[in-house]
Order: sequence, then C-alpha cells, then structure tokens
Amino acid sequence: MTTSPALHVHAEAQRDEFALRVALDVEPGRVLGVVGPNGAGKSTLLRTVAGLTPVTSGSLRLGGTVLDDAAAGVFVPVEKRPVGLVFQDYRLFPHLSVLDNVAFAPRSRGAHRTASREDARRRLERLGVEGLADRRPSQLSGGQAQRVALARALAAEPDVLLLDEPLAALDAQTRADVRGELRRHLAEFPGVCLLVTHDPLEALILADELLVLEAGVVTQRGAPADVARRPATAYVASLVGLNLYAGTVVSDNTVTLPGGASISAATRGLTDVVLAAFRPSAVSVYLDPPGHGSPRNTWAGVVDSVELLTDRVRLHVTGAIAAYVDVTPAAVAELGITPGARVWLTVKSTEIDVYPAPASAA
Amino acid sequence: MPWPLAVPALIGVLFLLVPLVGLLVRAPWSGLSRILSDAGVTSALRLSLVCATAATAISLVLGVPLAWALARVRLRGISALRALVTLPLVLPPVVGGVALLLALGRHGLVGQYLDSWFGITLPFTTAGVVVAETFVAMPFLIITVEGAFRSADRGLEEAARTLGASRMTVFRRVTLPMVAPSLGAGAVLCWARALGEFGATITFAGNLPGVTQTMPLKVYLALESDPEAAIALSLVLLGVSVLVLAGLRDRWLRPSTPL
Repeated sequence: MTTSPALHVHAEAQRDEFALRVALDVEPGRVLGVVGPNGAGKSTLLRTVAGLTPVTSGSLRLGGTVLDDAAAGVFVPVEKRPVGLVFQDYRLFPHLSVLDNVAFAPRSRGAHRTASREDARRRLERLGVEGLADRRPSQLSGGQAQRVALARALAAEPDVLLLDEPLAALDAQTRADVRGELRRHLAEFPGVCLLVTHDPLEALILADELLVLEAGVVTQRGAPADVARRPATAYVASLVGLNLYAGTVVSDNTVTLPGGASISAATRGLTDVVLAAFRPSAVSVYLDPPGHGSPRNTWAGVVDSVELLTDRVRLHVTGAIAAYVDVTPAAVAELGITPGARVWLTVKSTEIDVYPAPASAA
Repeated sequence: MPWPLAVPALIGVLFLLVPLVGLLVRAPWSGLSRILSDAGVTSALRLSLVCATAATAISLVLGVPLAWALARVRLRGISALRALVTLPLVLPPVVGGVALLLALGRHGLVGQYLDSWFGITLPFTTAGVVVAETFVAMPFLIITVEGAFRSADRGLEEAARTLGASRMTVFRRVTLPMVAPSLGAGAVLCWARALGEFGATITFAGNLPGVTQTMPLKVYLALESDPEAAIALSLVLLGVSVLVLAGLRDRWLRPSTPL
C-alpha cells in the first residue's frame, strides 16, 4: 500500500456569518481530535476539507495536490476528493439496504454492482455487522447505524477520514462499546483522520493529538495528556476540569491575577504573562480562618453552587480567586456547606502548575 | 360542533355529493354494457387513455427536470418563472387552447416552422390532443414534485457527494428515490387532469371522432343526441376518478409512508 498523503489546511472559510481561520498540518496515520464549544467552527473545518464549504482565502492541500485554493482558482469538487465524512446524524440512505449503502461509493466510482456488493459485504464483516446487510437504515439501532456509516465512508477508500461527533447520537452504554471499536478501526486507518467531538473522554481516548478551536481560531494544540494537564484557555480548563487563571509573574514564586489577588506557586524563572492551574481536589475547605499552616495560599470566599458528581461534591466558590472545589459528600454534611456559606480555602503551592501562556491564548 | 359551522358544512357536503348521486341514480345500468361496447365509445375511451398517458410521460420527461431547476437553481427571477410555468393551473383551458393555436397552429409563432421545415402539423391531430393535455396537466406534476425537491433532505445529497457520486448520480440514486412518493402522486394528478381535459383540447385539436374526440368531448356531444350514453360515459370517468383518488390515498397521500 502506498503511503497516504499529509493534510495541510492554511485557509479561511466563511459559513453564514461565521469565519474560520486555521493553519494546520496533519501527518497520515494520525488522529487529530478537534474540540471546541458549539459554534467554534469544528463542523465548518470538516466541511471545508470535504469540499462542502469552499475556502475564501488560503489553500487546502493533500500531499502535493491542491484541493482548494481561492487565489489560484483551484477547487476540486466534493465527489473528486479522496475524503470520507461520517456525519453526526450518519445520513444513511433510507431507500437503500445497508449493503447498498456501503456499496454506494464503489458503485459511484463505476464499479459493477456485484463487485461493489462483495466489497461492501467484506467491509460489513470487518466491522462485525454483516448480519445487517439486508436491513433498511430505519431498522438499525444507533450503534449499528454508526458502524454502517463508518463502513460506508471507508468503502470509498479515502485518504482523509472526517468524523463529526461520531458517538454523540448514542446512549452511554453503546457509546462506550462503539468507542472501543472505533479506536481499533482508527488505529488501522492509514490516512489522516480528523475527529470532531465535544466529549473530552472521547478526545483523550481516540485522538493522538488535540486541536482546540474557539470562535473560529485554534487556541491550543498538543498531545491529549498535555492539553489536559496544561489547558491554555478557560474553555479547555472547564473541559478537563481544572481551575485556570491567567496572571503576571511579579516576583519569584508569586503570580498576580488581574483582580489583584495573588497566587503563590513555583514560577521556575518564568516571567510576564503566565497561566496557573490546579485541580479542584487540591483545595481544602474551612469554615473558620485556618491558623498557621504549610499551605501558601489561603483566601476567603462564598459558596455559590453545590453539585453532586458521582463520588464527590463539586463546589463553586466565589471570592478573590473564584474556584471549583471537590470535597467528599461526608465533608459537605459535616461542615453543613450550602450555597451562601462563607468558607476559607487553602491550596498548597506544590499543587499549582504555572506555565507560559500560549501566544494565541489571551 | 357549533351550528354556524355545522350547517354550512352539511350544505357543502350535500352540494358536492348530490350531483354524483344523481349520476348514479339516473345511470342506465341495464344498457350499460351495450352503450360501452359501442365502437365510437371504445375508440374515445382508448384515445383518452393513450393521450393522457402520453401527456403524462412527456410531463415527466420535461417536468421533473424543470421542477428540480425551480426548486434548486438560485437565480434572480426564478420565482417569476415558477409563477409563469404554473400559470396553466389557473388559466381557463380554452384560453390555453387559443394560445396553443397561436403558437403551434399552422401559421403560429412556432407552428409555421414546424410545418415548413419538418412538415409537422399539430392542430386537429391526435398529437395535438397530447400537446393540449400536456400544456394543461404538466403544471400539476411540476408543483407537486417541486415541493418534494425543495423539502428533500439535502444532507443525504451531501453524503452521496462525499462518497464520490457526481451530481447526476446523486440526482438519480438519491434525490429521485427520495421524491418518488411525490413523483407518483404528481404523475397520477397529471394523468387525471389530462384525462378530463376538455377546453384546450377542443379548441386546439377539435372534435374528430377517432382522432381527437376524447371521452369528455364525447360526453358533451352525446348529452344532446344520446343522454343515456352521456351518463354512461360520465360514469366511466367517475369510476376512473374514484380509482385515482383511492390510489393516491393508499399509496401516496398517507403521512409517513415507508419507502
């Protein structure tokens, strides 16, 4: 098998009132997870690569082939691009059997009906759903439809596979099953894969690398573990469940926040604008001002929300440093913490990670 | 039901049904087979069926692409074009017949060239009947199918294109199957309208027995000479109408029809 080409997107695209501006290169065999809030341009990015939304400036290349270049007047139409797209709502053809849905791509390329169906049957077998061949899409469960949609996209033998929220339409149990399978299939896929998701777990499990899109621009890119550990924006921090603050290093081991409060943490020679992050579980809660102790950071605040997560309670505390705080249900009961409660918070300096703010992140 | 609504509703029902009952009551049931086996009647019936079917076929060939264009092409003036194209829906058929004569008659705008270049004459021929019926009936097909094209799921067409299907393949393998129920309904409406066509046909194609004399024309003429025959023929057309309605209801007009 010849190696698949790399994908290069250096372009702007416009969809309705919304502008997308990205520069990204993805090597074959890599799965790039694209995360971002609703309306950040994730789907527009996929549509641009697929050719459903043209670029307004810049270019889109696959290896040495220009797929779209507004200035050069090059635009390879959707059907001529070696790009497969699995839609969030699957978009299986309701009037065709599962087999003919999967045989659609080879048929469209001029393959004979019998040969296309044989190919389709093999692909269904590979995904473990050959028993569904004669069904109509309306007779499929969500998980089955997802597998068929993937088989149909792969049947076109694309160099680039685009997955738009592939698991979003599934219930929790099915999602876990399909996620595991999808991971296997993506590992086997030789080309570039872009996977749009808003589920951090999905992104962490399925993607080799994460790209964060916010308001049409890339705000962070990196290995999933790095992104999860050192979020660059408030959005990513909320996604991975960290408290994140942008501040300025004023002196060694002190970061001053825009509001005037300061955080004591190891700054390791960093200067200027930095980000400081700590886990909600790194925070301790007191009803009275704590006495002398080792934690370098102590401040007062008011609990404004109390939410039970599976095994712990997440408080949001406003104050000089607004923070999410995780405590045990027992602690909440014992301290009698309710919204409106005045509390004192402490965090050890060693629990706080200070790192440079990325240039693109404000 | 409040009576200000119930009374007019009841009168409305009676108004629509009583004439049909009259037809059934006055029908010469005993002589029916004799009347319907008359050579003039069978030839009118055959001519009607052939012409209506031909008109429907032409409407499909021309009307479906036109409906697609009206639904999908984004150009200035497309809505004006839509209004013009569907004008025959509201135009008095006899006016349509006059217009066809002026356009396609032997000395008409286009007709003179058809005559001098190809030797084709349409008025007062069976082909003329088909032309008149197509003119009047095609808009029924167009508006039905256009609505379906307009509301068809564009997402499926996008999906088909990402799978390598050309625009024509998408039309053939995805769009057309999606609108198939409306296409069927439109074709049946079109056929029924063509079958009942009177005004444009008699104006443009005349009333030559065996050549242009379709069922509605025969009914009208028979009413003076042989009222029983007129009633019998009307009964046949009523029967066809009922069949069409039943067909539409069972196969196309039921909501959420599985494909």
